[in-house]
Amino acid sequence: MKNKIYSTFDAAVADVPDGSVFMSPGFGGVGLPRNLLAALHRQGAKGLTGISNNAGAYVDPKTPPHEAKVDVGTLVAAGQVKKMICAFTAPTHPSQVSAFVRMYNNGEVDAELVPQGTMAERIRAAASGIGAFYTPASVGTELAEGKEHREIEGRTYVLEYPLHADYALIRAWKADTLGNLQFRLAQRNFNPIMAMAARITIVEVENDIVEPGALDPDAIHVPGVYVDRLVRIPPPPEGIWD
Amino acid sequence: MAEKTKLARQAMCDRLAMEFQDEWIVNLGVGMPTLCSNYIDPKKNLIFHSENGVIGYGPLAKPGEIDTYLVNAGGQNVTAMPGLAIVHHADSFALIRKGMVDVTVMGAYEVAENGDFANWRIPARKGGGIGGAMDLAACAKRVFIALEHTTREGHPRLLKRCSLPITAPGVVKLVATDLGLFEITPQGFMLREYAPGWTPEEIQELTEAKLTIASDVREFRFR
Repeated sequence: MKNKIYSTFDAAVADVPDGSVFMSPGFGGVGLPRNLLAALHRQGAKGLTGISNNAGAYVDPKTPPHEAKVDVGTLVAAGQVKKMICAFTAPTHPSQVSAFVRMYNNGEVDAELVPQGTMAERIRAAASGIGAFYTPASVGTELAEGKEHREIEGRTYVLEYPLHADYALIRAWKADTLGNLQFRLAQRNFNPIMAMAARITIVEVENDIVEPGALDPDAIHVPGVYVDRLVRIPPPPEGIWD
Repeated sequence: MAEKTKLARQAMCDRLAMEFQDEWIVNLGVGMPTLCSNYIDPKKNLIFHSENGVIGYGPLAKPGEIDTYLVNAGGQNVTAMPGLAIVHHADSFALIRKGMVDVTVMGAYEVAENGDFANWRIPARKGGGIGGAMDLAACAKRVFIALEHTTREGHPRLLKRCSLPITAPGVVKLVATDLGLFEITPQGFMLREYAPGWTPEEIQELTEAKLTIASDVREFRFR
């Protein structure tokens, strides 16, 4: 059987080439693959396209560098990202301008703004072999302009296409050596659909990776067939534990 | 003449939350709308849904009750109610698009008399912040809006037509401002309640859209 266990985050992302498309889950600071993002930052791949709900949290300039949490914004600030596909390209509060927003305003990084539910469904479409779908979200707004519209049973929808990725960076609560995954509470968010959508799925795991059979088959959120690489998060300070 | 009072944000949200009905699935937007969850009528069983796939959360977690794995749409730590269910993001929005959310409460820059509202983009600035607002606005059974009646410069926010790019057309049902409670009817904004000390005429002066006045218009009530 193929060994999916990698001993370090650096080894797990070593082959990510320039120009790759990567997915990064997380919502409200929960369920982010901070260790893998830090490794991709060290690895230095450039010209990346990121798919993520937001493009990095606002960091107060007074925050000491070692206390700033790693997120997608870390890669953006380092100039590794050429484009973000996300649900926020302006700050939620005008005074809180993230590295991404500053660079986007300066034309240093490109972005596609997508309604969050449409983004989730586009990822699920990629994860499930769906060629496109119609959604009522954004109908009648600027974001639907230029998109194919269709009236179905008296309601207007817009056509949306899948979001594919080369790599998904995933944070899981538990895993077995086959890559079967479980998430805890709101950590789940985008993790399962991104894990299933990407061509290569890399997972950082919070608990010891167990033998096949140790996880309840009825309580698995992502089957291991979608998962390629697993890294157990080491204790702090080596591992990032939020 | 009674002293003029403007409603505090909590009071605006309390007034909207009073309209929630037993068994409703309620989705609260980031920011001011989360204040609605502070108004809990024990006689009503409400199910709070958050776009990150949390179905059935409770009040904000107090120190000592925090589980860092459980957050609402604003990333605030919330408590689990018995019967909490978790789904992933695509299923969370599947629930929204199916129309299962009975009410979503959002903030806005502008609301128009035709039920349009704008809350995601200021054209003078690059980019926008949509989050889940377009999905929720297009698909929830009801959209309630909480906003200040005028801008900081004193310009009206209740308009004939939105001047900013809209979030969804024709969806707003109820609006609470610091001056009044307005239902959106086929005739436009209907003033149902006003802040203490204000007259409907004074509120009309601060409103671009033409108000109709409910036959039973009265001062704001909170019970």
